[in-house]
Amino acid sequence: MTADPNQPGAPGDILLEMRDVRIDGFSDERWHPIIKGVDLTLRRGEVLGLIGESGAGKSTLGKAAMGYTQPGCKIVGGTIRFDGIDLVKARDAEKRKLWGTRIAYVAQSAAASFNPAHRLIDQTVEAATRRGIRPDADSRADAVELFRQLQLPNPETIGNRYPHQVSGGQLQRVMTAMAMSPRPDLIIFDEPTTALDVTTQVEVLAAMRSIVDEFNTAAIYITHDLAVVAQMADTIKVLRFGEEVEEAPTRDMLERPKETYTRSLWSVRALEKPEVKSEDIVLSIDHVDAAYGPFKVLHDVTISIPRGRTVAVVGESGSGKSTTARVITGLLRPEVGSVSFNGEPLPASLKDRSKDQLQRIQMIYQMADTAMNPRQTVFDIIARPLEFYLGLKGKAREDRVVELLKMIELDESFMDRLPSELSGGQKQRICIARALAANPEVIICDEVTSALDQIVQEGILKLLLRLQKEFNITYLFITHDIATVKAISDEIVVMHRGRVVEQGLKSEILSPPFPDYTRLLLSSVPEMDPDWLTDLLAGRESRDPA
Amino acid sequence: MNAVLATILKRLGLGIATLFVVSAIIFSSISMLPGDFGQSVLGQSATKETVAAFRKELGLDKPAPVRYFEWLGAVLKGDLGTSFSGRNASGQDRSRKVSDLVMPRLWNTLFLAGVTAVIAVPLALFLGLTTALYRNSAYDRTVNAATLTTISTPEFFVAYILILLLASLWPVFPSLANVDASTGLGERLYRVALPALTLTLVIVAHMMRMTRAAIINLLASPYIEMARLKGASRSEIILKHALPNAWAPIATVIAFNLAYLVVGVVVVEVVFVYPGIGQLMVDAVTSRDIPVVQACALIFAATYILLNLTADIIGIVTNPRLLHPR
Repeated sequence: MTADPNQPGAPGDILLEMRDVRIDGFSDERWHPIIKGVDLTLRRGEVLGLIGESGAGKSTLGKAAMGYTQPGCKIVGGTIRFDGIDLVKARDAEKRKLWGTRIAYVAQSAAASFNPAHRLIDQTVEAATRRGIRPDADSRADAVELFRQLQLPNPETIGNRYPHQVSGGQLQRVMTAMAMSPRPDLIIFDEPTTALDVTTQVEVLAAMRSIVDEFNTAAIYITHDLAVVAQMADTIKVLRFGEEVEEAPTRDMLERPKETYTRSLWSVRALEKPEVKSEDIVLSIDHVDAAYGPFKVLHDVTISIPRGRTVAVVGESGSGKSTTARVITGLLRPEVGSVSFNGEPLPASLKDRSKDQLQRIQMIYQMADTAMNPRQTVFDIIARPLEFYLGLKGKAREDRVVELLKMIELDESFMDRLPSELSGGQKQRICIARALAANPEVIICDEVTSALDQIVQEGILKLLLRLQKEFNITYLFITHDIATVKAISDEIVVMHRGRVVEQGLKSEILSPPFPDYTRLLLSSVPEMDPDWLTDLLAGRESRDPA
Repeated sequence: MNAVLATILKRLGLGIATLFVVSAIIFSSISMLPGDFGQSVLGQSATKETVAAFRKELGLDKPAPVRYFEWLGAVLKGDLGTSFSGRNASGQDRSRKVSDLVMPRLWNTLFLAGVTAVIAVPLALFLGLTTALYRNSAYDRTVNAATLTTISTPEFFVAYILILLLASLWPVFPSLANVDASTGLGERLYRVALPALTLTLVIVAHMMRMTRAAIINLLASPYIEMARLKGASRSEIILKHALPNAWAPIATVIAFNLAYLVVGVVVVEVVFVYPGIGQLMVDAVTSRDIPVVQACALIFAATYILLNLTADIIGIVTNPRLLHPR
């Protein structure tokens, strides 16, 4: 029935064929269609990119390619044939023989997808050893070799570590080694770099691409980032609402997308705000050092924020961006240095600040979900600061809530809804309205668009820009995404390891000459060019022969 | 490793400190018990002078803090004091040392608890793991319903049902569990069979349900899905991928139930006339035998603290984040 797994089929043979696949998911007490009849063909050695917003069903489809559905989902129609095996009809035991050996899976969050109780090497060789692909000792030696190829530090010993002992980027590479260990015919990459910083993402992408090339493994690469998938895939398929929008070879797709929807996927990258210079400083941070217990996080940070402008703070995770926000809001008392607002020094600690001082600086968070009380209605959420800061009551308060909802482009029918009844973009809009309710001068936006899809991101950014124009609000915009920076900022602060690398007007920062770190950061942002990664790596190699 | 050792030592120190606080609470709450030992031994007719003389002889006339530190000092030297009972108004003193009263009873209690634990803990783990493995199956529902029934039934009732079934209708085991120092091990095991079975039925549900819940809770983790997608079978997933991460909550609930076996079984002791420490303490409270009550309470507190400490340590050493710091 099946080919001998040790006998690889000829390249170009069809490896995976999905026809009219339909999958239902169970929620709100009934079954909803998630995938509505998608076809997919993958040949040996080919990499297919699956792209779409969250909820498009790309992850569900990727897992279905293994014959697996998450609890609460079921395949209701169509056929999935992997190398002649019908995965829809196959029994569990039959599929288990394929999983981890002939089809491997690389998950989004490496930190959550490794078992915290076992050493990395044991998890890497687990599948190969279970099915007796080769003796355990050989698998371990092979894993070390894979670690080396994936450019992990100390390949001999890194396997003896536990998941929490290595960084996210390293874990993601170990997971690639784990998938590669049994030399599968097909690997499903499910948003493998989404949780990583751009600088780390480049390394992981390069490692994954070279190893997939080397073993000529077929792959399905799932992501919402078109620029990333352009580096990995031979063909790109765009999904929306569980249906295929279009499929085309990567270069054709990037140069001549047929559907408007596909074009809108990178619209946010086209958004660009002209910068305006300003000398009127509203908020300044002077020589601040801050620490969490014994761990020093900020070193001599000095930032000045001009009134009515947007200052974007960029840097990878751990660079001290959010800690700076905590110092400004008074949540974290700095060890040295001070924060001044309109020329007056602010008390270091939140509880020493007056209501007026609190009112002037508001905050919007990355996870709108967790920043709202799930038991409060939209009205309660927005009305609270109105009452607390402005003392509004009764009719005046209600009118103001309606007005605020109008400002964020929602109507009054939203007043009685709970956060759980809103979409991600709507939730973030409510958080913006809550911040606006206090009539602030400065709003600190901490990665407010990072958890959102491209199109929704665009809407939120446009809204923020409009509000800035209308009310002369100042934004401190924390982000790691350079496209967002281009879209919204006047000035940029680059942070690295708790220090300010440089601060200046957007045009100055984004044009040469660059300090080393800024250059690394900027060059790591994937571009809509299938050759970008190749060129980048070649460029870096020639500059840095090590 | 040293960090773990330091944490464990810190917990141990905290445990000892807790024990001191508890000793003070025990002492002061017993001092506040209504009634007076002297009065109750000598009777209502005794004159004030006789009572005072009697109190003086027992040392009850000293202020409470002095008595507390005297008692504490003696306990630290291993001397639990002398029982009040055995004295009477005529001045005869046939009182016994508290340790002579408590130790055989403590041994009996520990024996019963040990036998029960040896049956109940593996049984609960087995049931918890298998119900998690076959969750929502008929097996799972049956086990859940059965254990819920036994835990919701008062233990004396379980005890009488077992006596009716296994001692009366089908006389397999004795209904009385009266043992003494001369009883051999085999005979002892035979006699404690029914009380041990009763206690097993009472505690197994709690541990089994916690095991099941802890495992099922982990089954939603991404690393469990990863294990499935690496081809692991259901039993491998439960035993190899879920269980190693579930020990901390399971150990806590086991410790709680083992502590109950030592300190909470007086009802079962009474039903089976088993000479355990629970009965001794109840008797001592009735007769206002303060040294015995204090000794028992201290032993109970130490049991709780020791078992919870063990659970904490299991939680620490099964957590790779603590065992292998970055």
